[in-house]
Amino acid sequence: MMALQIEQLSHSFGGLLALSDVNLAVAPGERLAIIGPNGAGKTTLFNIVTGIFRPSAGRIRLLGQDVTRLPPHRRAQLGLARTFQITTLFPRLTVLDSVLLAVQGLDPVRFTLHRPREAYGHLRERAESLLAEWGLADRCHAVTGRLSYGEQRQVELILALAGAPKVLLLDEPTAGLSPAETASVAEMIRRFSRDTTILLIEHDMDVALELVDRITVLFQGRVLAEGSKDKIRSDPEVAAIYLGTDDA
Amino acid sequence: MKTRIAIRWAAALAVLIALPAVLSSYQLGLLTKMLIFGIFAMSLDLLLGYAGLPSLGHAAYFGVAAYTVGLLALRVANNFWLDFPAGLAVATGVSALFGLFALRARGSYFLMITLALGQVLWGIAFGWRSLTGGDDGLPSVPRPRLPLPWPLTDGGPFYYFVLAFFVISILALSVIVRSPFGRALVGIRESERRMEVLGYDVWRYKYVAFVLAGLFAGVAGNLFVYFNGFVSPSYLNIVFSAAALLMVILGGAGTLVGPALGAAVIVFLENVISAYMERWVLVLGVIYVLVTLFAPSGLVGLVRQRLGSHPA
Amino acid sequence: MTFWVTQALNGISFGMLLFLLAAGLSLIYGLMRMLNLAHGSYYILGGYVGLATIKVTGSFVLAALAATAVVTLIGVVMERFFLRRFPEQELPQALLTFGFLLIFADLSLWLWGGTPQTLPKPEIFERSIRMGTIVFPSYRLFVIGVGLVIGLGLWWLQEGTRLGAMIRAGVDDAEMARGTGVNVGLLSTAVFALGAFLAALGGIIGGPFVGVYPGADFEILEMALVVVIIGGLGSLKGAFVGGLLVGLLDNFGKALFPELALFTVFAPMAIILAIRPTGLFGVR
Repeated sequence: MMALQIEQLSHSFGGLLALSDVNLAVAPGERLAIIGPNGAGKTTLFNIVTGIFRPSAGRIRLLGQDVTRLPPHRRAQLGLARTFQITTLFPRLTVLDSVLLAVQGLDPVRFTLHRPREAYGHLRERAESLLAEWGLADRCHAVTGRLSYGEQRQVELILALAGAPKVLLLDEPTAGLSPAETASVAEMIRRFSRDTTILLIEHDMDVALELVDRITVLFQGRVLAEGSKDKIRSDPEVAAIYLGTDDA
Repeated sequence: MKTRIAIRWAAALAVLIALPAVLSSYQLGLLTKMLIFGIFAMSLDLLLGYAGLPSLGHAAYFGVAAYTVGLLALRVANNFWLDFPAGLAVATGVSALFGLFALRARGSYFLMITLALGQVLWGIAFGWRSLTGGDDGLPSVPRPRLPLPWPLTDGGPFYYFVLAFFVISILALSVIVRSPFGRALVGIRESERRMEVLGYDVWRYKYVAFVLAGLFAGVAGNLFVYFNGFVSPSYLNIVFSAAALLMVILGGAGTLVGPALGAAVIVFLENVISAYMERWVLVLGVIYVLVTLFAPSGLVGLVRQRLGSHPA
Repeated sequence: MTFWVTQALNGISFGMLLFLLAAGLSLIYGLMRMLNLAHGSYYILGGYVGLATIKVTGSFVLAALAATAVVTLIGVVMERFFLRRFPEQELPQALLTFGFLLIFADLSLWLWGGTPQTLPKPEIFERSIRMGTIVFPSYRLFVIGVGLVIGLGLWWLQEGTRLGAMIRAGVDDAEMARGTGVNVGLLSTAVFALGAFLAALGGIIGGPFVGVYPGADFEILEMALVVVIIGGLGSLKGAFVGGLLVGLLDNFGKALFPELALFTVFAPMAIILAIRPTGLFGVR
């Protein structure tokens, strides 16, 4: 059984083909990078996998189950999590509050309304242990919107990890970060549990090559190449459209 | 910290309990009205301040409850145990129906849809004279007779009757907003998309908040028709719905106590200003503009700024 | 027969009036995602200023000029000095415009009193046109004519001019339009002014048959909102078709089922909302 299987996926926006016949299979525990120039359809692919868009054609299986028609929250409950390229954190909530929301999202008490949240100590314990584990414990009462950009990215990753996802989609986790911040975020991703299947969109080739086992190249909505890092590195077509321009 | 908050609440309650001793019957009536409108404003705060849904038709649930209780008490039986639950049931039912329409929209369009839906009820109350009395409304709605030692027709006992509902409402709402459900509403207010991928069925949260807000607005509407003895279409229309929004913003959205305070301020100002001049509507219009420009986070927000603490 | 024709004519002319109001409301929403609750105020202010001008000058044309000029100016001031501070913030916009609605309502009551008034018709439209047994009041035909001319003008503005192209770009994507050098700020003011102008014009031409009175601002706003919801937000065609539909529904409703007058307008709106939330011609 594949962790994530995408079959003959196509998607168009008002006649404009964004994705065309994309096939992709990711094994449990595997780490796959999706690279490609701007407009290749990478984020669209993530939006379809998480259920934000319905694809025009094709099928998505998550851990063997067909999720093509499930809404985002149902997919999340099955063990799918993601981060966003544009930070959509809770800017006015504290870090602890944000992480609590993430922890609570997959907890049976998430819809309880007759008792205050403090009554459920396990939520807070889990949130605090996550923050401690990823080194943000001292920032837990800071308002998220006032954190540095790098710290916000860390919060973003912690939110995605809160539900112990089986499949995790990371959309350019290091975009816009300084080299030092990039290194610390990359270090964080490296420490993620090997049980978590990871799909990573990444612009920084060095970061991508270091973090993943395998690479898929998207170009103009199609899978252009796929394979091991070495294979992609030596692929002349990839070099021409992507590495040649971006990794020069 | 916790005990200090508890002491403050107890003190506020003690003041509310003691006040009738020093107030004239006119002033007591005003205070009763403030509490009723306070419940109404808090019910809207659940929607606006927590879920981030700015309804411009919230009077619908207040008004429909008031009409239900009024009609039952006048035409069927003045039986509290029948009329009061019926008012709540109708308010909840109408909000459950309207929520289905309104929650398809967001932003300005949500304002527009809630406004239009509210005006539908206003149109019915206005047009269906044989049932609702049309523009003249329903006069002489009696107060309930309950097996209490003091008749509710007296101002004092009725005040305590309303105070009991006020306390129950504020306790219930403050538990709701602090519950996992209530915290999720805040998350939805801040970022719907994020909440979806965190596993929340966003629509269901918003819908339940919408219906609950309708239910508590119904509590206020029920109490109001008993208090006022009269209900007219103006308690269903946009002016009253907008006033509720103003009360929430003036007091401080997302604070519960703030909107209750905002309601008290508006009720007070209306009374004082109407007593001295005819141009209350003009003044009210100016208050809308001033609040929007200078106090967007409300009275509670201003106090917090003074104290230097940030919002929850 | 006479009944149906007369009612249809009344419905269509009222529909044209609603079109003038809904078009402005819809354009403003389309460009700025803003619900202007003071739109009904522009109608009564147009009517009252027009009436005052007629009383002094006796000229309907001068009245129309004065009313549209004053109200357009009010619209520009509201947009420039108040609403501009709250871009894309629907709640402050709603509170502000509602505040203005109350202010203008009470000022009008103060200045012009509470008695319903009608504007005198221009003299050439006092007469009726007779066709067999059916009598057409010529003023109603004039209103329909004005509506059609304005509709054509707006259509040309939207499809055939640079301003229209900019508005369409702004409606689609304000961010993008800004990127391509469109001055969105100025555009917003222009659209707001246009909306206010159309509503004031509505007040002038509606003045002789709908009249101006305290509360007309709310009623007109409400009807225009229903038109926009039925027709679809941001769509000129929607405002036109919706206006005609609502005008006819309202007229026949009032004539045939007086008890349910408003319901004949609201019920179709609810149905549209249920089956087509974007309205007949709306895109989003």
